Amino acid sequence: MIQEFKSKGKKYLIGLVWLFLLLWPLLGINADGTLTFVKAFSVWLYIVCASMIVVTIYIIHKKGLTLKLTKPLSSARNKIYAYTASMPKPLLFSIIGIIAFLFPFFTERYAQDVAINVLIYICLGLGLNIVVGMAGLLDLGYIAFYGVGAYTYALLNTFYGISFWLSLPIAAGFSGIAGCIVGYPTLRMRGDYLAIVTLGFGEIIRIVFNNWMQLTNGPNGILGIKPPSVIIPNFTNGFSLEYLYLKKLHYLYYVALILAIFTIIVVARLSASRIGRAWEAIREDETAAEMMGVNTFSLKLLAYAAGAVLGGIAGSFFAARMRFVSPESFTFIESAMVLSMVVLGGMGSIPGIILGVIALIALPEVFREFELYRMLAFGASMTLMMLFRPKGIIPSKRMGVRSEEKEE
Amino acid sequence: MEYFIQQLINGLTLGGIYALIALGYTMVYGIIQLINFAHGEFFAAGGYMGVILLSFLSANGYLATYPWLCLSGAIILSMAYCSLLATGVEKIAYKPLRKSSRLSVLLSALGMSIFIQNGLMLTQGVYDKAYPTIFSQGGFDFGNIKVSYMQIVMLLITILLLILLNLLVFKTRIGKAMRATAQDKTMSSLVGIKSDRIISLTFIIGASLAAAAGIMVGMYYGSVGYTMGFVPGIKAFAAAVLGGIGNITGAMIGGFLIGMIEIFGAGYISSEYKDVFAFIILIGVLYFMPTGIMGENIDDTRV
Amino acid sequence: MKKPILELKNVTSGYNEIQVLKNISIKAFEGEIVAVIGGNGAGKTTMLMTISNIVPVTSGEILYYGEPIHKKPADVLPGIGLCQAPEGRRIFPRLSVEDNLEMGAFLRRDNKKISEDIEYIYQLFPILKDRKKQHGGSLSGGEQQMLAIGRAMMSRPKLLLLDEPSLGLAPLIVLKIFEIIKEINKKGTTVLLVEQNANLSLKIAQRGYVMETGKIIAQDDANALLNNEEIKKAYLGVSD
Repeated sequence: MIQEFKSKGKKYLIGLVWLFLLLWPLLGINADGTLTFVKAFSVWLYIVCASMIVVTIYIIHKKGLTLKLTKPLSSARNKIYAYTASMPKPLLFSIIGIIAFLFPFFTERYAQDVAINVLIYICLGLGLNIVVGMAGLLDLGYIAFYGVGAYTYALLNTFYGISFWLSLPIAAGFSGIAGCIVGYPTLRMRGDYLAIVTLGFGEIIRIVFNNWMQLTNGPNGILGIKPPSVIIPNFTNGFSLEYLYLKKLHYLYYVALILAIFTIIVVARLSASRIGRAWEAIREDETAAEMMGVNTFSLKLLAYAAGAVLGGIAGSFFAARMRFVSPESFTFIESAMVLSMVVLGGMGSIPGIILGVIALIALPEVFREFELYRMLAFGASMTLMMLFRPKGIIPSKRMGVRSEEKEE
Repeated sequence: MEYFIQQLINGLTLGGIYALIALGYTMVYGIIQLINFAHGEFFAAGGYMGVILLSFLSANGYLATYPWLCLSGAIILSMAYCSLLATGVEKIAYKPLRKSSRLSVLLSALGMSIFIQNGLMLTQGVYDKAYPTIFSQGGFDFGNIKVSYMQIVMLLITILLLILLNLLVFKTRIGKAMRATAQDKTMSSLVGIKSDRIISLTFIIGASLAAAAGIMVGMYYGSVGYTMGFVPGIKAFAAAVLGGIGNITGAMIGGFLIGMIEIFGAGYISSEYKDVFAFIILIGVLYFMPTGIMGENIDDTRV
Repeated sequence: MKKPILELKNVTSGYNEIQVLKNISIKAFEGEIVAVIGGNGAGKTTMLMTISNIVPVTSGEILYYGEPIHKKPADVLPGIGLCQAPEGRRIFPRLSVEDNLEMGAFLRRDNKKISEDIEYIYQLFPILKDRKKQHGGSLSGGEQQMLAIGRAMMSRPKLLLLDEPSLGLAPLIVLKIFEIIKEINKKGTTVLLVEQNANLSLKIAQRGYVMETGKIIAQDDANALLNNEEIKKAYLGVSD
């Protein structure tokens, strides 16, 4: 025990010295030809203090001293779990549904804004989940389909004035086609080649948005996109139909909610269907699945297309809501963001992904003042999460070992 | 014709840079089957260390008196710095995950990449940093073909590093141990090779090559920025895949190819879409040769 | 009585929760060939991997010259004279034959003696000399087995662990390899031989153990085991 402690303590100290060595050149060597130590040292001290606190808490936790504190908490959590599990599913869903429905009545504009973001990313996360979580194909360029959806609606609306609801299926269709175009040449490739090729496709699509000036107005983006509209009957002068643009934020919230619920239902149905099981078979062992008569080629293509369609729908809504699109919104970091939501939440599990989205979109909003450090913290927490809870917040129940990863 | 030769020279210079970065990807992949997403950040950190050291030296007046000494010193120091950085990242973010699924390691790497990128931004500022201009001037003119001193220096350094690396990997005992570890980790520990050390060494070599590339890019284009690691990083990764990932010679060839494709594409077709050509060629090659041009059949030079 | 070079005392080990070895105790004395025979899945390979500390010991201890070694990492064992030629040979496929041999001597620093030893291995297996520039992966099964034994010998082991050297080889080549094993043993290396081919291995061994589902079910002098009726029926393919 003490031995182990000593070796860990030594490693910790080496780590701190190491950190100082990395930090000092960045902060201490100045362009005016002077060397300073104060700045690097003070930043370093902050980090040392913070890590000391974390380590102390960890040790106390290891010794079981926090048990008194955490025990009531964890038992309460377990009770909630047990209670929700024992509740009939429709009841549970309707409670969540009612909360979601009533949300705009109790909240400010800002909270609704964040909520809409969360709903968009739920659509994206679940869409990517089909490709990565269910079919096991690593896709690093997923945001491209979101971009295709967004630009399709933006162009249809600004050039031809086609309404949101009409262009939604068209955008979904275009994204699906884009999914097939990406999917087709990549189907022969193994995992890691797949990663770079999807990344490459994502970049190609972004560069095209950025450079095709006549069509997309390049980096300046497209302005003046109309929000979604509804037709409501008007009875004041007899009977007429009125066209109403949903400019108000809480109306948009409901549109997003409908899209998110639609996505959840689609993904849940798919996952329970024959197709979903076939995807899982491909994920676990492609060769075996093929020998059992699963048509791996068309199913993998279908996975790409289905994921792309959901991404495209989310993209159209994004364009309608921002009323502006530009290539800036579809960079690789967005793909990484969506992917980490899926993995952090727990691949293949719908509630997990929803939680993952909330964790990555809503929580950073709480720390708005630390805007500058947000991405730094995001990167660090992504690594920490993988170190301490690699299966995600709510791990999926049906997740095995990928065949390519088995030890020889 | 002159235009062609000019593009060829530019392509070679750029390709050398990609080759240096690609080697880091390919060696790490060869040994632990990980796409080291943070590798592009090692390249950026190298570029930043270069600008920090060279500005420091230039403010003290050393740069004007001993330019070549300062340059080599800066390159060596930033290679050392990036080695430290890379071993740190490896020990924290990759080593504990040796037995986990590939996706978790990949995400951990992605996290580290975002972390380092933002760390550079917070310490060095959002705006690009300019290199001292002393090396970027002058050159030879052959008719209409211009070869700057900088390009010659870059090519020479690149070739020197590539030769050194080849000697290290294929001729020395430690290089052979590295290849043995890549081929069979259990067996290599049965003959007494410490795989953890070999893995750290791989990261050190990869990161120092990337650091050298970072400095050279900084001097060639005159400035560095905190996002500079991403695009060259993925292009270099594309180069590594193009050459058959895990294959050292493949990565070198792939790097030069991607550099040429980019320069010729920009010169003859369209400079706006120069970033696209590399990917289109990559996708095309992988479609017909799913394991890269130096794929698994030619495994002489795989790690 | 000589003192044991290797001793396993009540060793239990396995992968994750699955216990493969259950309370194994065996001994190997200096200068002898010990054979451990048993069918598929008896746990023979796991036992050797446990001795080399690739598979961790859950309980019990492993003594080498009386010192416990089960906490030492696998990569220091060749340095103290304990080397294994594992199942399936595990040649480094993309290193040349000569480099493979050189890797076997990775922990040694006496370069001159290393090249002498390489020459010695070439004498034992002349075919390897003809193929010394070829990739390990391009050799035939028998040549690979020779290379695996040669590579293990390159660390100048005091105790050589051999895992199924006869696996998948033609009978004539098996005989040849067993001859070499005898010769290596005569030069002073203790050999712990794990085999399915009970007949051949008991013939060259002094003592033998019989293993079944992770337990040692019999141990005796090799000759006695060869003549044991039960063993004959189960492992030697002799029926009366």
